[in-house]
Amino acid sequence: MPQWLIDYWALMGFGPTGWGLSMLRAAGMTIAVSSAGFALGSVLGALAAWGRLSGSRIAAVISATYTTVIRGIPELLVIYLVFFGGAVVLGWIWRTFWDGEGFVSLPAFVAGFIAVGICNGAYQAEVFRGAFRTVARGEIEAAAAFGMPRALAFRRIVAPQVLRFALPGLGNCWQLCLKESALISVTGLVELLRQSFIGGRSTRDFFSFLLTGAALYLVITTVSSALFAAAERRALRGLKRA
Amino acid sequence: MIDAAFLLECFRTILPGVPTTLGLMALSVSVGFVFAVLLALARLSAIPPLDLVARAYVFVFRGTPLAIQMFLIYFGLAQFPWIRASILWPYLREPFWCAFLALMLNTAAYGSEIVRGGLLSVPHGQVEAARAAGMSGLLLFRRIVGPIALRNALPAYGNEIILMVKATSLASMVTLVEVTGLAARIISTTYRVFEAFAVAAVIYLAINFTLAGLVWVVERRLSPDHRPELDAAPDMRLVH
Repeated sequence: MPQWLIDYWALMGFGPTGWGLSMLRAAGMTIAVSSAGFALGSVLGALAAWGRLSGSRIAAVISATYTTVIRGIPELLVIYLVFFGGAVVLGWIWRTFWDGEGFVSLPAFVAGFIAVGICNGAYQAEVFRGAFRTVARGEIEAAAAFGMPRALAFRRIVAPQVLRFALPGLGNCWQLCLKESALISVTGLVELLRQSFIGGRSTRDFFSFLLTGAALYLVITTVSSALFAAAERRALRGLKRA
Repeated sequence: MIDAAFLLECFRTILPGVPTTLGLMALSVSVGFVFAVLLALARLSAIPPLDLVARAYVFVFRGTPLAIQMFLIYFGLAQFPWIRASILWPYLREPFWCAFLALMLNTAAYGSEIVRGGLLSVPHGQVEAARAAGMSGLLLFRRIVGPIALRNALPAYGNEIILMVKATSLASMVTLVEVTGLAARIISTTYRVFEAFAVAAVIYLAINFTLAGLVWVVERRLSPDHRPELDAAPDMRLVH
């Protein structure tokens, strides 16, 4: 084995001085915070899409404002807003209603996934809206003709088709989530970027740590895009390709 | 509740960051575009080694977060003595040029896919007709392929430019003082989160709406045949 590989393994392996376990744990944190953010983004995105399609003017204006503003400002700014703004609001509630003292702040994980969720929801809203348009009007009319109430028609007819057509777009949103999660490191949450930085700082070998971090990100994005591709194939299995 | 005087002060503090944000964006988008075209040509060249290198490049840069790419350039490169001894070191130790390099390399990867899509969208019949009329090589590209590809790629490239405006904010993570960096500074010194956020958000939205409007105008000029349809309203939804 070449010397550099031996050195690298001593640094990044799983021995007593190796950082392997910390790096893997941080990768797990990246996946966890991205998943939580993606889930919140799905809820917000579905709500915003529904707002746009509901026919209510107020709901449409609110959702359009949300998606336009969020997609026009940097994610980092939203992270600062949620992390520091959350602390301000929590502190105010704490002092006003519980007569509490001192400083309260939102845990970095919670602030992080909320911020990522808010950003991702704006993109998911567009994906859901586009997918809804592909559901044929006739199918919804047919469901109504069968006497299905709207909720039942939504559950049986609309939702399954929207999800099917939204899958490719949702895959892109998930990739966005993963990459945005790196920005949460500014709040001090030890995810993959933060851990790579910490390791680099304490061993004075930023290059090895950041390159390893980048490689782990690449593994995560590659595996998840393969999983989404498989899910797409499964969801579209009954459909003839155009 | 709204403190107008403080909002104005925030505005005065953050506004000097705008030239840095815009300069960083303009420089990385323009150099990145040249690089994107080269990558797209490599992908379409049908020369296996070139195609493979371009593919690998796009895969790596799109599969990893921009933040870690920027950190690698800013923190990672500085540890090598031969880089500190090189003629590039006066640039590579500046956060601005590190941020530029990361943004440029990153947008080149995304942009190359857009350019490739644009080039592939040129109808084969147009190329055949041009060849029948005796055009080839550079003339064919300049008169036929280039303009059609540019027109088809423009909407997607407009989105990429807006994503780049947002991405310049990451430069604040490597200590560059631009709009987001200044907003973060106000937040951490005064803890008046909402005012600083609102002012920075308004600045970014103003930049992005202006750019979206400009792209729409150029798009309209380049597509005289589609003009009646486009007369509706500009698409300001900043689609990803």
